[in-house]
Amino acid sequence: MLSLWDGLPRGARMGDGRREGVRLEPVVAELEHVCVDFEGERVLDRVDLRVPRGAFVGVIGPNGAGKTTLLRVLLGLVRPSCGHVRLFGRDINAFRDWHRMGYVPQRAVAFETRFPATVREVVLSGRAGRVGLGRRFGPRDHAAVEWALRTAGLWDVRDRLVGKLSGGQQQRVFVARAMANEPDLLLLDEPTAGVDPEGEERFYELLRSLRRERGTTLVLVSHDVAAVAREVSQLVCLNRTLFCHGAPEEALRDGTLDRLYGARHLVVSHRH
Amino acid sequence: MDLLHYGFMQRALLAGAVLAVAAPAVGVFLVLRRLSPIADTLAHVALAGVAAAVLLGVSPAVGALVLAAAGAMGVERLRASGRLFGEAALALFLSGGLAVALVLLSLARGVNADLLGYLFGAVTAVRPEEVWWIAGLGLAAVGTVVAFYKDLFAVTFDEESARVQGVPVDALNLLLTLLVSVTVVVGMRVVGILLTSALLVVPALSALQLARSFLEALLMAVGFGVVSVVAGLAGSFYFDVAPSGAVVLISIGLFAASTWASRWWRR
Repeated sequence: MLSLWDGLPRGARMGDGRREGVRLEPVVAELEHVCVDFEGERVLDRVDLRVPRGAFVGVIGPNGAGKTTLLRVLLGLVRPSCGHVRLFGRDINAFRDWHRMGYVPQRAVAFETRFPATVREVVLSGRAGRVGLGRRFGPRDHAAVEWALRTAGLWDVRDRLVGKLSGGQQQRVFVARAMANEPDLLLLDEPTAGVDPEGEERFYELLRSLRRERGTTLVLVSHDVAAVAREVSQLVCLNRTLFCHGAPEEALRDGTLDRLYGARHLVVSHRH
Repeated sequence: MDLLHYGFMQRALLAGAVLAVAAPAVGVFLVLRRLSPIADTLAHVALAGVAAAVLLGVSPAVGALVLAAAGAMGVERLRASGRLFGEAALALFLSGGLAVALVLLSLARGVNADLLGYLFGAVTAVRPEEVWWIAGLGLAAVGTVVAFYKDLFAVTFDEESARVQGVPVDALNLLLTLLVSVTVVVGMRVVGILLTSALLVVPALSALQLARSFLEALLMAVGFGVVSVVAGLAGSFYFDVAPSGAVVLISIGLFAASTWASRWWRR
């Protein structure tokens, strides 16, 4: 069983327990021997993973490694063919508190740039599920949206069309939409793909502040090994099954990337 | 305004106004979800309902509504199952609906069925009792859009993220398709089965050229719809041309104008 207890932020609720050597804090997401099959092909094979509260977990791996599938299992969008998934201590089939989960999809697949929606409209839509079908947004929803917009540095562009923003700003809109729901666990799928370096740095700064100030647990899937290894507290290497886990410097020792990607990719990664 | 002195024009304008508000309000969601062809498909299925109603001797509106709603559920099921390519499933329903209508109408030989009226609209022939159900269905469609506005927006913008949040995506997809079928039945009397999808799609397209928010897109689309219907009916009265053709041509003219204006319109 993989356990991810290291590298937690100082201010997170997790930290104090760990200093005293007591592991009292709950695990927010847990996969146990999880397999996923698509049309007879095994995409994930007996994956064990525990994500403790307050952790920042980065999931890396080559194309087709099952990274996005892993996120989709945690989001309840893909049913595993074997194993168990628990969210906040409950079996996923009995889990109802979906508002505690935030999801930031890949920008390219989530979004039609000609869609006439303002930043504020999109961020507000993040609370639709929490408010309930046919009910109106109230003052609490608008307050949560204002907080999300200000924290994500989007307050000044709140009435602009999302499609008119830069790639980095658009990605922060999707994080703000998830934040507006005040999630305890935020799952991000390739969030910085197509974002310029400056936008990427602002994006990671936002994630750091979320973790520091709200203790939000983060699970981020990315192909950008260098950036992920720099930011996360725990690294998970996935290629259908788990190759490595633990703090980034430990996880990447002994030619792990070589085994994960093949030797050629390793050279490219070292240039970062 | 001498056209308002005539009872048939008053009824035409009332029925047209109801469609002018309902169709674009539903159409904005439909266009942004890339489901515009569903409107045309369900219109043809509704024609089969009209034919069945004529054969059974019941109200054509009831027949159209029942079959269009059944067609909506069938289309949505086929689409969601992913077993057919999306548009191929629609072609199946569209041609199937028309074929059933033709067979049933040929069986009903001798019955006075105003097929051309249903195909091309006969808004100036709307009877007083018909205005009531047209207004009722149209207002129900608009009321549903208003009541579920935030949910329909969430699903339209990003279906998967809405699903993750616990928004009942499948139920809302079905609701949208049912709204289309209701709107199509209203449109059947006003602009006819062949042109009803134009009032769902074209005002929405015009609004999408200019809107600076989603709410603005919705309101602009309704505005374009109302202008098209009122100007089209007035034009048909004064120039003695087919009302449905005039309405749709004005709608397309507004689309051309909004596309031209969008070059200078700051968004």
